[in-house]
Amino acid sequence: MSGNPKLHYINGRGRMEPIRWLLAAAGVEFEESYLEKKEDLTKLQKNGSLLFQQVPMVEIDGMKLVQTRAIANYIAIKYNLYGKDLKERALIDMYVEGMFDLNELLMGYGYQPADKKDQHFTNMMDKTKNRYFPAFEKVLKDHGKDFLVGNQLSRADVQLLEIILMAEEFKPDILAKFPLLQSFKARISNIPTIKKFLQPGSQRKPPVREEEVPKVMKIFY
Amino acid sequence: MSGKPRLTYLNGRGRMEPIRWLLAAAGVEFEEVYLETKEQYDKLIKDGFLLFEQVPLVEIDGMKMVQTRAILSYIAGKYNLYGKDLKERALIDMYVEGIADLMQMILMFPFSPPDAKEKNLDSIKERATNRYFPVFEKVLKQHGQDFLVGNKFSWADVQLMEAILAVEEKIPAVLSGFPKLQVFKTKMSNMPTIKKFLQPGSPRKPPPDAHYVETVLKVFKK
Repeated sequence: MSGNPKLHYINGRGRMEPIRWLLAAAGVEFEESYLEKKEDLTKLQKNGSLLFQQVPMVEIDGMKLVQTRAIANYIAIKYNLYGKDLKERALIDMYVEGMFDLNELLMGYGYQPADKKDQHFTNMMDKTKNRYFPAFEKVLKDHGKDFLVGNQLSRADVQLLEIILMAEEFKPDILAKFPLLQSFKARISNIPTIKKFLQPGSQRKPPVREEEVPKVMKIFY
Repeated sequence: MSGKPRLTYLNGRGRMEPIRWLLAAAGVEFEEVYLETKEQYDKLIKDGFLLFEQVPLVEIDGMKMVQTRAILSYIAGKYNLYGKDLKERALIDMYVEGIADLMQMILMFPFSPPDAKEKNLDSIKERATNRYFPVFEKVLKQHGQDFLVGNKFSWADVQLMEAILAVEEKIPAVLSGFPKLQVFKTKMSNMPTIKKFLQPGSPRKPPPDAHYVETVLKVFKK
């Protein structure tokens, strides 16, 4: 046993990607075990590894953690990415929850049936441009520092960068009206651990391709 | 200004109910503002009160907090309902997240089209009896303690209690295969702050009815 956290999920972004980002930002090396077919999931369910029969699951510090937020919370506190007190944590939580909502939309697009894709896309881009990015642009403006909360890197910054890059994959000029988000993106991308994660060969996963979707559906449904 | 937390939401359970439960369990008095019209909601947005244009909104300790989980985490942390260390917190987080998934099904149920209601009710019953309740029955059986985590009352206990009662409203005999959960339910009901919350006249809201559904659709109409 290596002592590194071990991630159990499909070989793709989905609900595990924010966790990969957090571990990478914290400079923590991790291993991955990929579900390729339904039997891989069934095996984990049968051997009692999955508290609610679901992945993501992360083996860390002797625990088999499930539920994306529970895993992310644990990693964030352990590696000091959760603010310095209860009030900073409250701000981080608010921002991150908004980001999780947007992540659902962005991540979910690839899995929509063909006849729902257009409507999903429109809704997704509308929320990105009119609800979430304006909110974070304003936070950066009002707070006036390099980071979203307090004076140090937190999970909120990591998660925001992830969301920005995902949105840009759909619309490269999406940050056109958000100058502070542009400089935020440049700044956070240059943090050594994050810069490393953004390079080819890292454990960052690509967006799901249409051809892969049926295989994923077979594993979970 | 009274210093009490102030909750802004519709006059019904929805996404605010777990927050009412947690504040009540912690013995914290709170005020409520009810959204009844689209105009009230639009005004909140225009006045910049809602970070992501959404309720629940809880004004607490000088903050305008939104996002249900952020609010619940803050309350749990503040009132010492979040375990004693990182590992207990991880357990509490896993349990409340699982329960939240079950509660999401109950939350959405009143909005299902009539022809899907029976199927959705079956799904709630299936998930409660095969996925979620067995987990908590096992947790309680294995450590033999009164509370889910660390032998101490926590957010996880409050959330489980709320879920048990919500599922029972739809499926009255749902706890029949879960003796430990039955004992748990009785114990929780007898805790002074929860007992008070379960009495008529408390801030606890009734199950959603047609009028509630109508108000939701009206207030949040695009």
